[in-house]
Order: sequence, then structure tokens, then C-alpha cells
Amino acid sequence: MKFSVSHGGDKVEERLAKAGVSRRDFMKMCGTVAAVMGMGTAFAPKVAEALTSKRRPSVVWLHNAECTGCSESILRGMNPPFAELILGVISLDYHETVMAAAGEMAEKALHDATHSEHGYVCVVEGAIPTAEDGIYGKVAGRTMLDYNTEYVNKAAAVIAYGTCATFGGVQAAAPNPTKAVGVREITDKPVINISGCPPNPYNLLGTVVHFLQNGIPELDGEGRPVMFFGDSVHDKCPRQKYYDEDLFAESFGDEGARKGYCLLRLGCKGPYTYNNCPTVKFNQTNWPVEAGHPCIGCSEPGFWDYMSPFYEEG
Amino acid sequence: MSGKKPVAAPVTATPKSSYNGPVVVDPVTRIEGHLRIEVEVENGVVADVRSSSQLFRGLEIILKGRDPRDAQHFTQRSCGVCTYTHALASTRCVDNAVGVKIPKNATLIRNLVLAAQFMHDHIVHFYHLHALDWVNVANVLNADPKKAASLSNSLNENRKEKAADFAAVKDTVKALIESGQLGPFTNAYFLREGGHDAYYLPAEADLMATKHYLDALKLQVKAARLMAVFGAKNPHTQFTVVGGVTCYDAMTEKRLKEFTELYEETSAFVRNYYIPDLLAVASFYKDWAGIGKTSNFLSCGEFPEDEYDLNSRFLPQGVILNNDLSQVHDFDPTKIEEHVKYSWYEYGSPKHPYQGETKPKYTKLGDKEHYSWSKAPRLDGKSTEVGPLAQVLVSYARGNKAVVDAVDYVLKYLNVGPEALFSTLGRTAARGIETLVIANQT
Ligand code: SF4
Ligand code: SF4
Repeated sequence: MKFSVSHGGDKVEERLAKAGVSRRDFMKMCGTVAAVMGMGTAFAPKVAEALTSKRRPSVVWLHNAECTGCSESILRGMNPPFAELILGVISLDYHETVMAAAGEMAEKALHDATHSEHGYVCVVEGAIPTAEDGIYGKVAGRTMLDYNTEYVNKAAAVIAYGTCATFGGVQAAAPNPTKAVGVREITDKPVINISGCPPNPYNLLGTVVHFLQNGIPELDGEGRPVMFFGDSVHDKCPRQKYYDEDLFAESFGDEGARKGYCLLRLGCKGPYTYNNCPTVKFNQTNWPVEAGHPCIGCSEPGFWDYMSPFYEEG
Repeated sequence: MSGKKPVAAPVTATPKSSYNGPVVVDPVTRIEGHLRIEVEVENGVVADVRSSSQLFRGLEIILKGRDPRDAQHFTQRSCGVCTYTHALASTRCVDNAVGVKIPKNATLIRNLVLAAQFMHDHIVHFYHLHALDWVNVANVLNADPKKAASLSNSLNENRKEKAADFAAVKDTVKALIESGQLGPFTNAYFLREGGHDAYYLPAEADLMATKHYLDALKLQVKAARLMAVFGAKNPHTQFTVVGGVTCYDAMTEKRLKEFTELYEETSAFVRNYYIPDLLAVASFYKDWAGIGKTSNFLSCGEFPEDEYDLNSRFLPQGVILNNDLSQVHDFDPTKIEEHVKYSWYEYGSPKHPYQGETKPKYTKLGDKEHYSWSKAPRLDGKSTEVGPLAQVLVSYARGNKAVVDAVDYVLKYLNVGPEALFSTLGRTAARGIETLVIANQT
């Protein structure tokens, strides 16, 4: 079978309709993204507009020293499911966890996408091992250090997704045996950091929308979009009322834990952690403090070392 | 289980070649991790193979000297696809080491979240990771949506699928291909000019599987939410602690109702879609029952009533040697050793994990003596398969009723004997069998 290759000219809504995503569902999702970005739902048409481009933007997703939890997280989002938008809104041209091709055919897909005249957005998952010239991580015979440097530097925009890609993550915890680093350490290009282990998928989509509309969003000192990482977890935590009244759980089995008191004494790192978990939640339903577990600070640089021991206060 | 048999499948087989020489696949895709496979082929048959893990992170080294209660959070980051399992294993180890008795309800909740993980993981594995090895998405263009709908509805009485929905999926695929931006299907083997003869589902079955690939993408969001109801989030649950679980919330009517509804929806999908689809696809690829045989199997069992008693697990522990299903040996954890002879570590004699050492020593790619960052665990010196097939074989051989019923149903449907389980097809079926048994424990 031979397929003619032409550039997709139809509108995103038609494409979505063909992908089984109704306009209503699409607008609903745009409303969610708008809300996460801190805009009213009236902003939804703007979101829709930003996602409506003629040629779907090509996305190249690189996997490094990681656990693939970040990739999994993007499959968990949204109404309608984010994954369907992969077929209608962006063109996910390289992603090792979902792509049909393997080996040489996968290498060719990566080469073609990164050499296309249309350019590409590079999303990086995982840290880059730099010790001994990068021998601790290779794909298709090239070190992660080598190909990330090339593909990050050539990209139209770079998003580091997850605490591994932003700050080195779990493999960078002391003594960091492979000298794993986040993307910013290997390039001078601007990199948007969306941290979390894993991050919230809405924070990725919101960033993409902002980028398509108004370029790079305002970033905090750690390179994270202020609209998602501007408040601490503690700022928005529903248990703050107990914190203010000095009502703390002192053990996981006590009356305080049962009653849903503040988890500070059990090690909660909410006051030192910037992220929107309490408002956006995970899987549309829950987040650690709501499930009675202290925040471990997973969106902060070096949290594996600086926030641990996790079950001790302070 | 209410599957009906599809019309007799044409006998087809994966084509054989007479190729001589090396084959290297790197990256192996649709898996978690960075894997390279180096194969030496002689006259179309694999003569030697090296499975080479390409990433070293050093979690064993990083864990040293830390607060043992924290270990679960580190080990869980081994894998975000089979999330939770490593956190649970680590928490159980520390429970055990400090000798804490955990409350019965905590065991139940840990088990329920694990059941959700099994269902989520196997659905995603079948539809989103594995299916593209069997399903030719481009062949969808040759399918008749009406026939696809009736094929699908004939497989399970609870399906009421409409031809129009199949037509819409066909249009999606057509639009995708015509856009020239194939996204995740770029360079897929089935896009080769003239097609690919290792894919041999009829076009309608390809369309059915492609539609359910999309349906399963939606469903898995809920299956993951099922884990988060008690487990806080997926990937990477955050609700286990040494001594139990933290989610008092789980006892509220709201959470119990949410959990029950999501469980029912997910398990219904397993019964009405996953299993019938698996059997339908398997009935076309039956030659794979003769490919991919291993001999020894180990299962630690799962879903304990009492976390301290290995024999209280609903799916039992055990070891099967030399494909002999008439005898199941007890699992003895002291017999495990990790070998590093062929790995990129400083050589040391095989050691039990308690004495394990992790001293990286890289040589180079293509070195046939040292070729992987993985260590090689052995049971009593033997290479031993673990995972769903091992779990199902041990449960089957031990006479676990739910597993025996499910296995017999599958074997009868495919018209094959138990020996067919020792294969790639058997491995794929075992994931489904395990999922079905869990889905039915409501
Ligand atoms: S940030 Fe966390 S979830 Fe993402 S790849 Fe790293 S360890 Fe996995
Ligand atoms: S539980 Fe944590 S985030 Fe919430 S109020 Fe207490 S310290 Fe702050």
C-alpha cells in the first residue's frame, strides 16, 4: 500500500472531530487548561485558538535517565483524554514508549523530525548522565549527553518535563554516581522547567498553550512557569486551617491523623514546595496530603537530599 | 466470560527468512527503560543473543545510609509504568525488618490498589505497547466498518458497537495518514510499501483493535484514577508507610463509592473488551504458541491475607522446573543470586542480594563478554522466568480454582493444550488471564 504524503491543511477542529473528539469536549478541555493557567473559563476560546494551527507542531520527546513516569503522567490527563489530542493537535514524531517503530526505523524517525525544515519542540524526560563522558546512558549507540546536546540546541523550544529533566531527579541524589544533571546544565538555550515527580500533565499543556500564544511564560528562579509554581503547596492546602490552629497529627495512627489534621510534624514539606497539587490534583481526584501522606517536596531542586528524611519535620 | 468464537481463522504464519548475520535493535521501543538487543542469526534462526540494558542510575548506591522509611520513594522511581509495586515491596521489607504488624484494613487497601495496578498495567500493555506488533493500523483503510462492528459484537454479548463509530476511526486513520504527519506511527513496519507479511489480521480485525486502542486510552485514565482514589496519585502512589497506609479518607462513603464504581467499570472493560480482543487476535497468531519457550518459572505469589505469611497469598508462590506442571516446588528466597559475569560491573562471585555489590565498570558497546548494566539474577543457579506467565503457571499447577477456570477457558477457545502456554502467545494470554482473575474478584 502506498500513501500520498501531503501537508495537512484542515483545521484542528475537523481533525479532532475525525479523531472522535467533539467540539464540546475540546472546549471543555480548553476551559480546564485556562483554569489551570489561572484565567477564567472565558479564556477557553483563546486556548482553542492557540491549539489551532495548520500544521500540527512536531514534538520530539527524549528519554534519558528516568522511570517513564513522566510519560505515563501525560496519558492520565484531561477531559477528553489528552492522548487523543496527540493524534489531532500535535504530531508526536518521536517518543520511545509509544512509537510503533524500533531500532533503525526509530532512529530514522528521530533524524527526520530533528532535520525537518518545520522545526520541532523538544520535550525532555529524564536526567542526563555526564560522568565519564556520558557512558552511563546510551540510545542507539550514542550517549544521552551527546544526542541531547544536539537535539536540545537545535529545537525551536525546549521543555524539561519532570524533576529528573529539570533538576537531575532521583539519580542525581547523593552521591550522584553518574553525575546526572538537568537539561539546563548542558545548554545555554532557554529551557522551560516543569518539575514534579511526576509533574501534573495540565502544567505541560498550559505551558504549551502559553508558548504558542505569547511565547515563553514568566518563569521563577528555577525556570518554572509562575502561573503553576507561584504558590507553595502549603499556601493552598485545605489542612492549613489546622496548621493555623496548631492541630497536628503526631503519628500516622493517632486521632489527629484520623481527623485530617496538619501533617507538618510527620514531615510535610508543603511549606517549602512550589506546585499546584492541592488545586489541580492528580488523576482528577486526589493528591498526597488528601490521602493522608505528607508532601515530600517532589517539585523542588535536590528534594531527594534536601527534603529527606521525608518523615522528619523541617 | 461470555466470548463467542469468531469464524475460523485462516492459517497463517510469521514468515521465516534465511538471513545470516547480526541484527541489532536499539532502541527497543514500547517498553520502560533503555534496551538494546544484539542477535546473531544463522539461516533465519537465532543462534546467540545478548540483551543489553543501556542505562545505569545507581539507585542501590544512592539508597545506602538513608532512613529506611524513605526507601520506598526511591525504589518506586525504578519504574513509572509498573508504578507502586516497588514502593509496596520496599515498604513490606521495612515492615518486616522492624517487625510491625499492620492493620487488616491496611492490607486490604494495599491489595485493592495493587489489583487496580494489575488491571491498568495489563490493559495498557496489551493495547498501547504490545498491539502494534500484531495490529496493522494502515490496513484499517481496507476495512468495512459494518463488518468490523459485527465482528466486534459477535465476540461478546455486552458489546453494542455501531458501524458509524468504526467509520469514524477509519476516517481518523485516513486523515492521519493523508496529513503526512504520522506521529507515533512514523516508519512503522506495517507502512512498508506493499505491507508487511508478519502482520496478518484481516482488515476488520485491525479496525476493531485500532478502535479499541483509542477506547482503552480513555478507559486507562479511569483505571489509573482507581489507584489514586486510595493511593493519592498515579504514577507514583504516595499512601503507604511502614506500618500500614495513610488514607483514612478511604473509609468515607464518598471514596468507597468512587472506588467501587471505577472498579466495576474497569473490570467490565477487562471482561467485555480486553479478553475477547486478546483471544480474537491470538486465534489468528497461533503460530506464536511455538515461539518463545523458556523452562523454569518462579512466582512469589500476591494478594496476601497476612503480609507475614507467604502462603496466605491468593495467587500462590512456587517454582516450576523444566516445564513440569505436575510438580510445584516452594520458593526459597535464600537460593537467589545475582551474577555480574557478563555485566558492566567489577567481577565478583555470584551473591545473594543481601550481600550484593554494585561497582560499575564499563567496557564498550559490542563487547561480547561484558554487555549490560543489568545484573543477572538466578534461582539455584538457573535462569528462571518471573512475571504473569510464571504467576499463572504456578497458580494453575497448584489448582487455584479461578486461574484453572480461566486457563482452561482460554486453552479451549484457542483449541490448544497447556504446553502452548510456554510461548510468546502463552505469555500474552497469561497477562490477560491474570487480569481477568483479578477483575472478577469483586
Ligand atoms: S521525574 Fe519522577 S516520574 Fe518523572 S521520570 Fe523522573 S523519577 Fe520518573
Ligand atoms: S499538611 Fe502540609 S501543606 Fe498542608 S497545611 Fe500542613 S504543612 Fe501545610
